[in-house]
Amino acid sequence: MSGRVLVGVKRVIDYAVKIRVKPDNSGVVTDGVKHSMNPFCEIAVEEAVKLKEKKLIKEVVAVSCGPQQSQETIRTALAMGADRGIHVEVAGKDYETLGPLQVSKIMAALAKKEDAQLLILGKQAIDDDCNQTGQMTAALLDWPQGTFASEVSLDGDKVKVVREIDGGLETIKISTPAVLTADLRLNTPRYATLPNIMKAKKKKIANVKPADLGVDLTSRLEVLKVEEPPQREAGVKVETVEDLVGKLKETGRI
Amino acid sequence: MSVFAAILSSFCLINDHPDVISLQAAAVDGVLSAFRSICGDDGVSLGEAVREQHGKDESFHRCRPPDVVVFPRCVEEVSALAKLCHRHQLPIIPFGTGTGLEGGVGAVKGGVCFSLRNMDQILDLHPEDFDVTVEPGVTRKALNSYLRETGLWFPVDPGADASLCGMAATSASGTNAVRYGTMRENVMNLEVVLADGSIIHTAGKNRRPRKTAAGYNLTNLFVGSEGTLGLITKTTLRLYGVPEEMVSAVCSFSSVQAAVDSTVQILQAGVPIARIEFLDEVMIDACNRFSSLSYPVSPTLFLEFHGSERSLEEQVNTTEGITQSNGGSDFQWARDVETRNRLWKARHDAWYAAQAMRPGCKAYATDVCVPLSRLPQIIVETKEDLIESRLTGHIVGHVGDGNFHCLMVMDPSDQDELHRVHLFTERLARRALAMDGTCTGEHGVGLGKRSLLCEEVGPSAIQVMQSLKDAIDPKNLMNPGKILV
Repeated sequence: MSGRVLVGVKRVIDYAVKIRVKPDNSGVVTDGVKHSMNPFCEIAVEEAVKLKEKKLIKEVVAVSCGPQQSQETIRTALAMGADRGIHVEVAGKDYETLGPLQVSKIMAALAKKEDAQLLILGKQAIDDDCNQTGQMTAALLDWPQGTFASEVSLDGDKVKVVREIDGGLETIKISTPAVLTADLRLNTPRYATLPNIMKAKKKKIANVKPADLGVDLTSRLEVLKVEEPPQREAGVKVETVEDLVGKLKETGRI
Repeated sequence: MSVFAAILSSFCLINDHPDVISLQAAAVDGVLSAFRSICGDDGVSLGEAVREQHGKDESFHRCRPPDVVVFPRCVEEVSALAKLCHRHQLPIIPFGTGTGLEGGVGAVKGGVCFSLRNMDQILDLHPEDFDVTVEPGVTRKALNSYLRETGLWFPVDPGADASLCGMAATSASGTNAVRYGTMRENVMNLEVVLADGSIIHTAGKNRRPRKTAAGYNLTNLFVGSEGTLGLITKTTLRLYGVPEEMVSAVCSFSSVQAAVDSTVQILQAGVPIARIEFLDEVMIDACNRFSSLSYPVSPTLFLEFHGSERSLEEQVNTTEGITQSNGGSDFQWARDVETRNRLWKARHDAWYAAQAMRPGCKAYATDVCVPLSRLPQIIVETKEDLIESRLTGHIVGHVGDGNFHCLMVMDPSDQDELHRVHLFTERLARRALAMDGTCTGEHGVGLGKRSLLCEEVGPSAIQVMQSLKDAIDPKNLMNPGKILV
């Protein structure tokens, strides 16, 4: 076993930002808006670093696909304990149309190239909420997948994954190499500390182009329109219970 | 108003003079459209629920709603609104998160509550200089979340997720003060709107040197002024590096004396301890029940150490040596972040845990602070007083600062109990004053401690405070009825 874990990290608009739709409805405003690592990616990095601290794996490699600024996100992963980074350069129009299918092709190519034992991703990104990249990557690689993981334990060449599902928790055992996607309760990510941020500056980030991996970035999806959800309407006050029942019937609620 | 009257007034009505009310109501009506033209139609609210929400905080003091609540979006709007209030003699009450503990937001003379929550920008972060400027709508948890990838944090932690500008206004402190200081040490500059609408920067606009000798210390004049001198619309804060490692521990003792003696010795040994919290057996019992824990029911210290791995080892060894020499139990450890968070949540939930012991009752927290060497004596005497007065009181506190809280739980309908609480509280405050301490370590003076403040600083100092107030707010529009009698 190579003992190498790849972790995908995505740069997204920070969860605390109030999102605004562009006036031309083509997307959301990203200029000048705070960006940070997708929260589920933080959890993925934390899990990988924990595995290394337990000496169950040997190396954590952080991967991000995007423009120049994606390197900041990789640096954060390095400050959390990842050993080195890979920045897959995607910019301009290609970046605007970058989605799970292209990213999973990139991840699959890298997982093979780096001889990864595990690929850990966040279960979904908070900007598109797709929840597809992990699953697609596993399919492309024909690897087992442990998605929505709330607990992960390595056992030789197998991984035990406790998954959060609608009915509760499901425990599965899969062989490595495998793809895991991190859910909220998997762990609590550590904060980057100043000394670690300084150390991270010296860690290596390799630059790779999608073409070098044989990946075609053409998107098969076209975004037609982005709109805000409808404004919340004011409530209506009624005088009597009969009025209330009447109104509920009127609006088809009962 | 005495502490007793303050407590009593929370449970029964005190009528304001009807003529004053109708005069003011007319004035408020007159300015409403002007208010709306400044902060928009939905920036002005007369709704009863909204006014009640803005007339109370987390203390037992009854709700005193303002006549109207305004929601300015920027300092220019705050200034324009203040100018209007100034012209029409309307009281101005600044409102952050309403998490205060001394009734500071009650509009005792009605007036206009300035809810500043829509001003929620984090501005001007300078990681290399360890400073950041925030608006009043930014809470400490929101700031620390924003900072999470920078390796920096703002450590002052009063428990509640309070507005940072509000924390500046009340000179807040918390569990970390023993290592990182209180708001007084960590506010570098303030933007303040005065009652007449003028905007000042206490250390000069955009200035953020780590130290200065320039002129009167206006920044620290406004820190702790509880909204009585101006509205804080920006605060520039000192940031710290996130600790490399943190570890927490719980240690039980057979007596209060042993726990408090350990505290004093730990600090005298020079251990840079980050948190050292004392809980008496009554408090631990309540916490056990409320948070489903199973700590031994006896005087306890919750400890937290920050530093590099090697530094932690040294700190812990020294501390363990001290606690053991005082008969302390083996440490119960919390190393990973989930366990540590659970431990400190139990401590922060003390307020609710205490109330849960007597459902239907109201809680009141005393808050005195004395020099460290007097701590053992004051806690022991206070516990004896509690027993003699037949009161339900839980002792919890930041013993590293010599600051502790007695969480009293009382039945609001029991006049005799209220009376005993009043007398006990006054005795406690006076006990602290007699030991060269203060009647409020961190909660502020607010409504209930104004006469104690007089005793604490003396008439000459009170006169200076009054002169400052008269000079800065001659019409007494800024949060009337607080701090000064």
